[in-house]
Amino acid sequence: MKLSRKNGLRATALGALAVSGALVLTACGSDDNTGASAGGKKTGAASNIKCDDAKGQLLASGSSAQKNAMDLWVKNYMAACTGVEINYKSSSSGEGIVAFNQGTVGFAGSDSALKPDEVTESRKICKGGQGINLPMVGGPIAIGYNVPGVKDLVLDAPTIAKIFNDKIKKWDDPAIAKLNPNAKLPSTAIQAFHRSEDSGTTQNLGKYLGKAAKADWPYEAEKKWPAPGGQAASGSSGVAAQVKQAEGAIGYFELSYATSQNIPTVQIDTGAAAPVAATSENASKAIAAAKVKGTGKDLALDLDYTTKADGAYPIVLVTYEVVCDKGNKAESLGTVKSFLTYTASEEGQKVLSDAGYAPIPAEINAKVRETVNGLS
Amino acid sequence: MAITTDNAPAPPAAKKPGSAGTGRAGDKIFLGLSRGSGILLLVIMASIAVFLTYRASLALSVNEGNFLTTFDWNPAGDPPTFGIAVLLFGTIVSSVIAMVIAVPIAVGIALFISHYAPRRLAAPLAYVVDLLAAVPSIIYGIWGALFLVPYLEGLNLWLDEFLGWTYVFEKTEIGVARSLFTVGILLAIMILPIVTSVSREVFLQVPRMNEEAALALGATRWEVIRLSVLPFGRSGVISASMLGLGRALGETMAVATVLSPSFVISLHLLNPGGGTFAQNIAAKFDEANELGRDALIASGLVLFVLTLLVNGAARLIIARRKEYSGANA
Repeated sequence: MKLSRKNGLRATALGALAVSGALVLTACGSDDNTGASAGGKKTGAASNIKCDDAKGQLLASGSSAQKNAMDLWVKNYMAACTGVEINYKSSSSGEGIVAFNQGTVGFAGSDSALKPDEVTESRKICKGGQGINLPMVGGPIAIGYNVPGVKDLVLDAPTIAKIFNDKIKKWDDPAIAKLNPNAKLPSTAIQAFHRSEDSGTTQNLGKYLGKAAKADWPYEAEKKWPAPGGQAASGSSGVAAQVKQAEGAIGYFELSYATSQNIPTVQIDTGAAAPVAATSENASKAIAAAKVKGTGKDLALDLDYTTKADGAYPIVLVTYEVVCDKGNKAESLGTVKSFLTYTASEEGQKVLSDAGYAPIPAEINAKVRETVNGLS
Repeated sequence: MAITTDNAPAPPAAKKPGSAGTGRAGDKIFLGLSRGSGILLLVIMASIAVFLTYRASLALSVNEGNFLTTFDWNPAGDPPTFGIAVLLFGTIVSSVIAMVIAVPIAVGIALFISHYAPRRLAAPLAYVVDLLAAVPSIIYGIWGALFLVPYLEGLNLWLDEFLGWTYVFEKTEIGVARSLFTVGILLAIMILPIVTSVSREVFLQVPRMNEEAALALGATRWEVIRLSVLPFGRSGVISASMLGLGRALGETMAVATVLSPSFVISLHLLNPGGGTFAQNIAAKFDEANELGRDALIASGLVLFVLTLLVNGAARLIIARRKEYSGANA
């Protein structure tokens, strides 16, 4: 009796497992179907993804800032090109570049362009060529705040620098009041939050403050937070959580964290006709003011952080895909070209704004496509 | 004695062909296996030490700052400078806070479960305490950051008001409680289960006769505990505390999530700031370059040595109290 009951139990357990397993599988199946029908089930028919010589498995790794964009691209691409598998491991720019220079990945994602010594190192892997930067994803870095009763807060670069540099300590400071004549600012203490780990977001904010508020931000733009004072939290999610929680807090993170958690963001007074809000569209406008500083096929950008163009949000971050201009590995070249052609295409860039990123402006994007086409 | 003399003639009697052979082979195999395991452990320890020392020496040879006294961590800088002063201070202080809070509570819980609680309550309670150990540390981290930190602000203000004169509990910076003190509290909760369950096991080992003898002499329950349970269990509680201390010293993710790190040494425990070895490694490893990783490994080596020292000290204390240890009872 006992035995049979045990067996019965086991059978039920097995049955339950099988059922839930089947459910999981069907769930995956239906997911894939919707993805495929959205992205075009018949290869190259509904979508313009060209699979060309793509085949096998492609490994890539790097910046987590472009993770969400990569996820969407990979999903759409793999739905269109069956039999190709792309695996983007989002870790960090540093890790991505190390992996690239060791030759273990087809391309790396990075939120800052290769440094000269990294380019030198890349020559070992890129036979007859070198590593180049292809700007692929742009995005606004939003400055979120938590001041009850204050909506549409406006700040300019020097004020932001002073806040993060521990020079402005109260929300009703005259410098803030001057920029927000209509707001009822409380006398709460300002708690400025920054990233506790090294981060490309920190570096890009540093670049902006260094250019747009030189006098108040005397630090080099590094991945490590340079200024004294303030509090730290780990990851964009950590900073966003603290800003949401602590009254009087202010912090910086990618826009998507602000939208998903309903954190109000600062509008920047750039000197343009009206203060500029952090949106994908406005970030694209600022990236449009960038100049290509890379030589040859390298398309590293020199962003104009002091732009006064109407509606251009100046605190932006551009992430690059790092590839070899010549000497890419034969087995991955076809896939890399085909995939990057898709990500740089109009269709690929359009996906970005839905995910809180900013598309790369058309002029630069055209150069990216040309360069991708010439990869060998 | 009588038993051993009775048993002594037994081996020759068992010296029958066949059976003795297998017994000896088993002995030999088991001896080999256990000796192999022992040696393997030493080899693993040695190889960890060699690896850490080698990589650490690479970083230390180019460090422009003093490794022991520099208040900064910037191996990517030009020139690279990094030092462990802040990390060593933070690691020790947060662990000490954790121990001060956790050990008395753990001993209390262990005594309650082993000697006071009705049996119907004791078993589930012990189970719940053990369950605390099963919670992954990142969960503690998230809980700490989202729940503990905001709720500790009140306690911090209270400590500041009534104990501010001690300097240690004086709060001089505004800001939420992402401090070493908060980390200490969180670590205390995390090491509670291991200290509790080992202590409880030890308290249950107290010879029944000792307790009954004390009771027979008219001791109250508290006196029984004070005169027989605690002295008997002391070395066990010390071992348990050291296990907990080991966990507190090396805790990574929870600390990294809760602490607001900065390279300052401050005795104002309620102010945000400070850092620990493990937290610093977790925070810096991802974006570090080759040298940065070696530098982090150098700091890991210091943590390794620190843990060895703590364990060594614990062994010494236990050895000095051998007369009470369970092995001789």
